[in-house]
Amino acid sequence: MSKTSRRNLIAGAAGVAGATLLAKQYDLIPPDAAGIYGCGHTLTYAAQRLLIGSANAREFKPSQITKVPHQKGSPPKAPEYRQLQANGFKEWTLQVDGLVASPAAFSMDQLKNYPKSTQITQLICEEGWSYIAEWSGVPLAHILEVAGAQPNAKYVVYYSMDKRIEAIDMDEARHPQTLVAHCMNGGDIPVGHGGPLRLRAPRQLGYKNRKFLTRITLAESLDNFPMNYKYSWYAGI
Amino acid sequence: MANTISPDEPRPANPLCYHPEVPSSANLRHTKLIRVTHWITALCFLALLISGIELVISHPRFYWGEDGNSMTPALFQIPIPASRPYVKTGYNYVLPDQNGWSRSLHFQTAWFLVFTGLLYAAHIVRSGHLKQNLLPAKADLAQSITQHFRFQRPEEANTYNPLQRLTYLAVIFGLFPLMIWTGLAMSPSLTAAYPFLVDAVGGQQSARTIHFFASVSLTLFLFAHILMIFLAGFKPRVQAMITGQEQS
Repeated sequence: MSKTSRRNLIAGAAGVAGATLLAKQYDLIPPDAAGIYGCGHTLTYAAQRLLIGSANAREFKPSQITKVPHQKGSPPKAPEYRQLQANGFKEWTLQVDGLVASPAAFSMDQLKNYPKSTQITQLICEEGWSYIAEWSGVPLAHILEVAGAQPNAKYVVYYSMDKRIEAIDMDEARHPQTLVAHCMNGGDIPVGHGGPLRLRAPRQLGYKNRKFLTRITLAESLDNFPMNYKYSWYAGI
Repeated sequence: MANTISPDEPRPANPLCYHPEVPSSANLRHTKLIRVTHWITALCFLALLISGIELVISHPRFYWGEDGNSMTPALFQIPIPASRPYVKTGYNYVLPDQNGWSRSLHFQTAWFLVFTGLLYAAHIVRSGHLKQNLLPAKADLAQSITQHFRFQRPEEANTYNPLQRLTYLAVIFGLFPLMIWTGLAMSPSLTAAYPFLVDAVGGQQSARTIHFFASVSLTLFLFAHILMIFLAGFKPRVQAMITGQEQS
């Protein structure tokens, strides 16, 4: 090996090590950084976090709302869901726990009385299709404030009644467009679109926008959660 | 490889047998950096193509504008089976879902390819390869087109003829940047901060459709590239891209 290439190699290794340290310092390493695609996941997450800041997802005019938005999947099979549905989802609750000062269960009435935010944004599925719809709901940031999110919380983990689990970082959770949505296109969210509650994060692809939202847990690490990283954890791309 | 001249000398009359690039380390057809980046690009392209095909299989319908889904009319649909049950394909079976790893492979490979491409671009500008072997002169082009349509074969040369040059330029500075641009334009996070990425190409679904056509164009280029190598002599050309030297 020549002198210059050895020098380049050492400089390169030092550069990678330095970048890794910095990335750790600023929480730019995603939870799925291990594994064969960890390199790509980390580059994407770190780059996007640095590049997008608190920018808002694009919003659209009411005339641009998709006439027939595709409904993917079927309602949860749990009998509990059908019982709640029979009663117009009046008894539906959203449990908030983990690293919060006061764990609580929020009723639909409570959520509907909280400050409401409305957006016309595009939901983009990782499969390639998309639709534009109007969503209204409580900013997740408001719920985190009411429950008293602790400063060491790094992730918001959320569960749906169809037994799915997802998580976003605090930046995404506190973003003003991230909603606990209870309204779609001016009415209740249809069952096919995840009614009665759906987590709407318009800067993230479809799979982070979980339907049938039942529970939110704040955590410092995702290590002890049954996360499924079949799709990359960060879904900004 | 005889008949070499230094870059300072005036160009000979026939540009098609002009040998401009003669690296000091004797008769190298391709420099080390070009050979390494060529094979990294080849591997990356293969990974992007395979994972890209898999991504198309999950929704083989394409749209124009902002939005589009299986409930709205398509611009066109590729007549293949899909990995999702709700896409009406005319086939009575659904392919297995391989979207997860395909996406991860696609994006990781894209990162590697972007780094490789930047290294390559910096190299061809700095080394003069771009100016000497890729940017065509006007007179050369006219002659090459005439020759091409008369089905005349250019003489064996150590550089590219003007049509090859234009094709390489279109691939390097046209199609690859367009792939990156339209790829980024599909990211809901990036378009939040940089909405022009997607607005400039006509919307989310337009970006996806352009990305698809650019990938088809690159694949056609790949076929033509491989065909040309067979026509020019497979073994010496491949050897030149591995060792840098051509068997004489």
